[in-house]
Amino acid sequence: MQGSDVKVVFALLIINKAGGLIYNRTFAPGLQKLDSNDYLILAGTFHGIHAISRSINPAPASPPPLPGHRKTPTTGIESVESSHFRMTCFQTSTGVKFLLFTSPEQPNTDTVVRRCYEIYGDYVIKNPFYSMEMPIRVEKFDRALGGYLVRP
Amino acid sequence: MPDLNPAQEPPLPSKDTTSIPLPPPKQFVPSLRYPSNRKSIYDRNLNRTKTSDISLASFAYLFNALITYHHAQSGSVSEIENRLNRAGYPIGIKLLDLLLYRQVAAQSSSSRNTAARPTRMIDLLQFIQGTLWRALFNRPADALEQSTTKKNEYMIIDNEPVVNTFISIPKEMSQLNCAAFVAGIIEGVCDAAGFSTDGVSAHWAGEGDEMWPGKTIYLLRFRESVIEREEALKAGG
Repeated sequence: MQGSDVKVVFALLIINKAGGLIYNRTFAPGLQKLDSNDYLILAGTFHGIHAISRSINPAPASPPPLPGHRKTPTTGIESVESSHFRMTCFQTSTGVKFLLFTSPEQPNTDTVVRRCYEIYGDYVIKNPFYSMEMPIRVEKFDRALGGYLVRP
Repeated sequence: MPDLNPAQEPPLPSKDTTSIPLPPPKQFVPSLRYPSNRKSIYDRNLNRTKTSDISLASFAYLFNALITYHHAQSGSVSEIENRLNRAGYPIGIKLLDLLLYRQVAAQSSSSRNTAARPTRMIDLLQFIQGTLWRALFNRPADALEQSTTKKNEYMIIDNEPVVNTFISIPKEMSQLNCAAFVAGIIEGVCDAAGFSTDGVSAHWAGEGDEMWPGKTIYLLRFRESVIEREEALKAGG
């Protein structure tokens, strides 16, 4: 296998702050196919585990923040790795989670996932016809993500 | 409960006896807010064109609120477009004057102190395609065409309208084009210039264009009287 061929972005999942799956798209073949119900279960389960991982944070209790300041947030799970894929999780400050499935060789996954967040901010949040927390069916978002992540 | 004699009761609906009197009218408080340097928008120079660019994100936010409001108020796609058109119309009327005023300031060597409004059809259309588009979107419109079938119809074509940058139309209202707002601005400019129209509308160019999926055609339908006047002017030389 060529060196460049192993760097693959497989899929992107977006989970809303209630743990519901609102976006699911595969960009390259390689992952086992799941049916849509399994994706929903995956999203819900990961949402729960992520919430627990935030609260079992072993960092010592910090002093209460000064008025007007916020406590530094604990991030919870940021990535899960196996021999054949890496899952990068990015949680926005409003609680939306971006899950990016890549091959372990793919570099800069945190940059990639943040760029996906920017595209989401531009084409989903700035779109007057999108209702918050609902599944994302936005044409320009699909097109922009495709332009960014699909290899020609 | 006091026992009231129905004959003595004034002939008012019964709920008036329990209604709360209206509060005294409030004194008028101007809502215009002043920035820290006490200069309002009216203190600024009308000719300031260099640094008048605004951020696309803030425009998108305002336009988003406008669309959401009109979407909630109206029942059909054509009503939303109509309302967006009405929102743009007063902007167009004022823009014509402002742009003519600025045109003179830009060419300060000119002896005239005001630019004349466009009086011929071609002048007006080129004014819209060039000056108006550059003032609004910082580039001219992509094409200007006359309808082959009707001589009172003209088309201005924009490959990628700035106002639609972040807007995706859901499938159930695919006919809707939010550039109807820009169509309203064009209609305002035409009306203010004395070219009355039967409406300016924004249409999608269709699926065929892979390169420009957001291509939009503004259709300008001028009144017959305007066309007759134009012919007469042409004949008079």
